[in-house]
Amino acid sequence: MTSPVVTGAVESYVAAFEELTSAVAVPDGVQSMRRAAFERFATLGLPTTKNEDWHFTSVAPIAEHEFTLLTAKSGDVKRADLERFMFGAAGWYTMVFVNGRFTPELSDIATLPRGVKIRDLASAWAKPTASVEHIGRLSSYDNAAFTALNTAFMHDGAVVEIAKDVEIDRPVHLLYVTDAVAAKAMMHPRNLVLVGRNARATLIESYVSTSDAMYLVNAVTEVSVGEGATLRHYKIQREGRRAFHVGTIEAHQARDSHYVSFSLATGAELSRTNVYTTLDGEGCGATLNGLYMLDGEQICDHQTQIIHAQPNCFSRELYKGVLDDRSHGVFNGKVYVHPIAQKTDGKQTNKTLLLSDTAHMDTKPQLEIFADDVKCTHGATVGQIDQTALFYLKSRGIDRALARRLLTYAFAADVLETIEVEAVREELEKMTLERFV
Amino acid sequence: MPLLVIKDLHANVGDKPILKGLSLTVDTGSVHAVMGPNGSGKSTLAQVLAGNPAYEVTGGSIEYDGRDLLEMQPEERAQAGMFLAFQYPVEIPGVSNAYFLRAAYNEIRKARGHEEVDPLEFADLMEEKLQLVDMDSSMLNRSVNTGFSGGEKKRNEILQMAVLEPRLAILDETDSGLDIDALRVVADGVNKLKRPDNATIVVTHYQRLLNYIVPDFVHVLVNGRIAKSGGKDLALELEEKGYDWVSEPAGAAA
Repeated sequence: MTSPVVTGAVESYVAAFEELTSAVAVPDGVQSMRRAAFERFATLGLPTTKNEDWHFTSVAPIAEHEFTLLTAKSGDVKRADLERFMFGAAGWYTMVFVNGRFTPELSDIATLPRGVKIRDLASAWAKPTASVEHIGRLSSYDNAAFTALNTAFMHDGAVVEIAKDVEIDRPVHLLYVTDAVAAKAMMHPRNLVLVGRNARATLIESYVSTSDAMYLVNAVTEVSVGEGATLRHYKIQREGRRAFHVGTIEAHQARDSHYVSFSLATGAELSRTNVYTTLDGEGCGATLNGLYMLDGEQICDHQTQIIHAQPNCFSRELYKGVLDDRSHGVFNGKVYVHPIAQKTDGKQTNKTLLLSDTAHMDTKPQLEIFADDVKCTHGATVGQIDQTALFYLKSRGIDRALARRLLTYAFAADVLETIEVEAVREELEKMTLERFV
Repeated sequence: MPLLVIKDLHANVGDKPILKGLSLTVDTGSVHAVMGPNGSGKSTLAQVLAGNPAYEVTGGSIEYDGRDLLEMQPEERAQAGMFLAFQYPVEIPGVSNAYFLRAAYNEIRKARGHEEVDPLEFADLMEEKLQLVDMDSSMLNRSVNTGFSGGEKKRNEILQMAVLEPRLAILDETDSGLDIDALRVVADGVNKLKRPDNATIVVTHYQRLLNYIVPDFVHVLVNGRIAKSGGKDLALELEEKGYDWVSEPAGAAA
């Protein structure tokens, strides 16, 4: 479905696009991909709420702004500023991007295990290899204006390659940080993650800010999980409170592969996370979990899409959310089961806890099943704090505020327990306890 | 000296009056049993004392340790030393018993101007308290009451009581659903926590528990008022004759 073009909004991107294409040298193929994507974006325009995929979330606040494009390296971020975003873990393979640009002096990828290759996109384009050719192949922007916009403006990001049979012992952390220099700017990080046959890896994608500036991050991460491989992929969105964030992950799974995704969304004024995976071989498993915690006037939208394209695969999905004040949450979970995808076993759950009378949740599970021998269930609930439990805690001397925090934590506990990286789980547990003070 | 003075208490659940002029005085160092048939208002009394907002007090007064109890929030009552052992302890999946107990302990310490204790100090304290109710330390890592058997839930209530060391403990049908061994453990726990400066109200339908927790006073609640008060022998008499012979309200408690 195409939506009406917001002419003014699209026009504001033209000058930035011309500037980018004239200033930054990239391979010809990339340049033509950018042009095609920009043309598509110009046709699509930014989505409106008439677009089914954006029915509950208006991006008018994004359309109203004119963002400048930051291509040069900028910002003044020190290692000490990043400590609170590092999960207290040492020895991770960390790539830091400041205001959209790779910053080697803050990164730790000098020593990598055998079979692991981590590069920044700009360097990868300077010396292109076959793997870089995957960029743009694992995602589609035909009906996705923000992915088109990202493809038009992509100029930095991470290229992560795990060779076949390699089990990487520590997480790879892509940390995108903005500081005050990013005010009124837009960034379009582009990541490519290739996990070889029978390899195992953990990837953490963080989006954070050291300032309360208004900016736009529009990220796209393309993922390929090879035959028999496992990728655990955590997306941690704790942008600044006035930021706009759109993050799209598109994964492609080969036979017997496992893709385990977790999306945390707690920052930004308006955020949208898309997690799409295609189970394109028999014996695959996909786990898509997430937690969103909002207050004030925050808007947070998750759209997930699980495409069962082959038989004998399973998918599990659990998204939970806690909404306070006048915040607004959206969950749209799509599960497609192709006619040949017999014996598909799918389960999807979305549960939201409302802490105030003025918070608002729209949830829309969508199952589209074209095979006849499948087991698929879905369920969604929106509820409030259990008054019996609240009284029980208070009767033990625990005041209302702490009781509320404990019950919020309790609500989120089962989805947090699925996080297998201990440092991430502990950090998120702490965040959950402290989020609604 | 009186720790709790209830005068002419009236309370509703929804629009339905349950307590209809109940008066009771509890002195420190004493154990009171409140008995009565189903629907007489025993549990309502317990819930009103703890401050459950689902119960509405429509008349009368409650003075606790010289303070107007009805003006206090449930957590303030707990911080002031009141403890209700629930008839139906609430399950809280996702919060570990250890975290819950330590949070409660620290909130009460804070309210009394004491330092909070850290997890290590608290673990030492727990070791001693667990013995009191014959519980294994593994239950500390389980979610509060979640998947506990009936007996485990009741023991967990007494464990909380042991940790919080209340001045006024109210046991609401703590004996219901317990086998004799669990009953003994629970009663032993309660007895060991008895001190000259605290008091206990045992709310029960059956006399059985009172073989183990021996009351100084027994009150019979009928139709929202105390119909009869006496010593521990009254409980035996009730066991023998049933509740039917007590019908005329005797007015204020002895």
